[in-house]
Amino acid sequence: MILELRGVGKRFGSHAAVTGLNLEVQRGEFFSLLGPSGCGKTTTLRMIAGFETPDEGEIRLNGSRIDALPPYRRSVNTVFQNYALFPHLTVRGNVEFGLRRMGRVGIEDKVRAVLEQVQLGDKASRMPSQLSGGERQRVALARALAPEPDVLLLDEPLSALDPQLRKQVRAELKDLQRRVGVTFLFITHDQEEALSMSDRIAVMNRGAVEQVGTPEEVYRRPKTRFVASFLGAMNWIGGVGLRPEALRISRDPASNKRRGVVLASVFMGPVIHVETRLESGETCTVQMQHDAEVFRTGESVHVGWSEADELRFPA
Amino acid sequence: MNRLRRFFLAPAAALLAVTLAAPLAIVCAYSLMTRGAYGGVERPFTFENYTRFWDPLYGAIVWRSCWIAAAATVLCLVLAFPLALFIARSGARKNLYLSLVILPFWTSFLIRTYAWMFLLRDTGLINTLLQELGAIHDPLPLLYNNGAVILGLVYGFLPFMVLPLYATLERMDPSLAEASADLGARPFQTLWRVTLPLCAPGLRAGSILVFVPCLGTYLTSDLLGGSKTILIGNLVQNQFTSARDWPFGAAASLVLMAVAMGLLLAARRQGEQML
Repeated sequence: MILELRGVGKRFGSHAAVTGLNLEVQRGEFFSLLGPSGCGKTTTLRMIAGFETPDEGEIRLNGSRIDALPPYRRSVNTVFQNYALFPHLTVRGNVEFGLRRMGRVGIEDKVRAVLEQVQLGDKASRMPSQLSGGERQRVALARALAPEPDVLLLDEPLSALDPQLRKQVRAELKDLQRRVGVTFLFITHDQEEALSMSDRIAVMNRGAVEQVGTPEEVYRRPKTRFVASFLGAMNWIGGVGLRPEALRISRDPASNKRRGVVLASVFMGPVIHVETRLESGETCTVQMQHDAEVFRTGESVHVGWSEADELRFPA
Repeated sequence: MNRLRRFFLAPAAALLAVTLAAPLAIVCAYSLMTRGAYGGVERPFTFENYTRFWDPLYGAIVWRSCWIAAAATVLCLVLAFPLALFIARSGARKNLYLSLVILPFWTSFLIRTYAWMFLLRDTGLINTLLQELGAIHDPLPLLYNNGAVILGLVYGFLPFMVLPLYATLERMDPSLAEASADLGARPFQTLWRVTLPLCAPGLRAGSILVFVPCLGTYLTSDLLGGSKTILIGNLVQNQFTSARDWPFGAAASLVLMAVAMGLLLAARRQGEQML
């Protein structure tokens, strides 16, 4: 275990940003902190980086306590949400910034190697203002990776990129992490991002961790209602949670089925979402492939599912 | 649109023409003429008023003006930077501290300079106090020297350094300092390698705002410097009053302008190189 948080809490005035937070991150894994804005994930990152001091609890890096150390004495580096590149320094100057303790020859080699890892070898003499958004993001990555931190903290690093680029960068980032082998702690509110890149995810809500697990575990076996509804769409039928892709829709009555009326059929590209109101008054979304039958608004239908797909939560 | 713009710019343009361009032209013309017996100017035209600056006596005055203004500017910088940093980081109390910085402007500069005389002179507050305490026997020579002039200038122009520095520091993205600490820089290294370089525009603006008026000052040097510390501003004043040599006074004020402009251009070129 490389990073460990035990009972960490932080208040801002009367607002408890983080309470009793426990977290264990393994060496070399891509670990995501996922949650809505205001859930305390950014405060958690800032406490690990050293920009905030926890009111209670312990933070351990490689087994030794770091929660009282200033940021410049912790072997973690941060990729900031707005990148925070030094505007008065070139790309090379930015990447060198954290390498001051190395010899001059060592620095040159290291800068070249890191810039090549993020495919910016030819941009070393540019100023940050001369770079595109995607390039700046990679400079921020290179700068934070150069000092070889034990853990790399990434604070929503993709949120400033346009949606087209974001998907491509996801793959690149995951690939980079595999190549350099550094532990990544990735902060995001985007469940798709977390699911597609992470080895493990901690889902946070109201300053605490609700569930930790692999993407498949938290998606297929959510432990709380919050986790179930935050990760992907969720239908609630008779107190039971059902994913849209777990529901079946048909015109014939059969066992384990509810009667309903089609409210709308929404074309989503690869799939179709059929919004249905059940006799109970509950509405649900059924996801289907579009080579299947077509259902029209106002049509009477039957909605069913297999019992194995039901997600139950203690009240 | 263009017409409207001309219409609204016209009053300011007219004012500048009457109060700046015309007097400047007169000063230029006077500087090239011969002095009248009781003030005023006469023909013939001559360059003699300018060649007189080769006299070491006047060269010394120009040089003294430059180094005193430079010393005051550097001292203002050293004092203003920590103050501006403190104000920019003091959250809700920012506005209170800013108004304290500006507060002295509510009293006339002349009165405030006289107040320094009461503090510094041989029978002034500081000397009397030190004598009463037995720390000194004879009064210290605090007034009527270069030091007193620099003190008066620093006191008078400090706000002009604080305000532009504050404005740049206030706008600075706080995550840059965090990024610096994150990459292993101690607080002093962050100050030196990140905060200070990013403050360059404010440093330049403040230095110009302090240096230029200090270069041309005559009130501070007149009251706190005495007759020994003549600056170029006092030289200009003397020529138009007691010396009754208007052409030489005009030439001296143009030399002052030329020195100030030359230094400003140098500062600007420096600034462009940094960008």
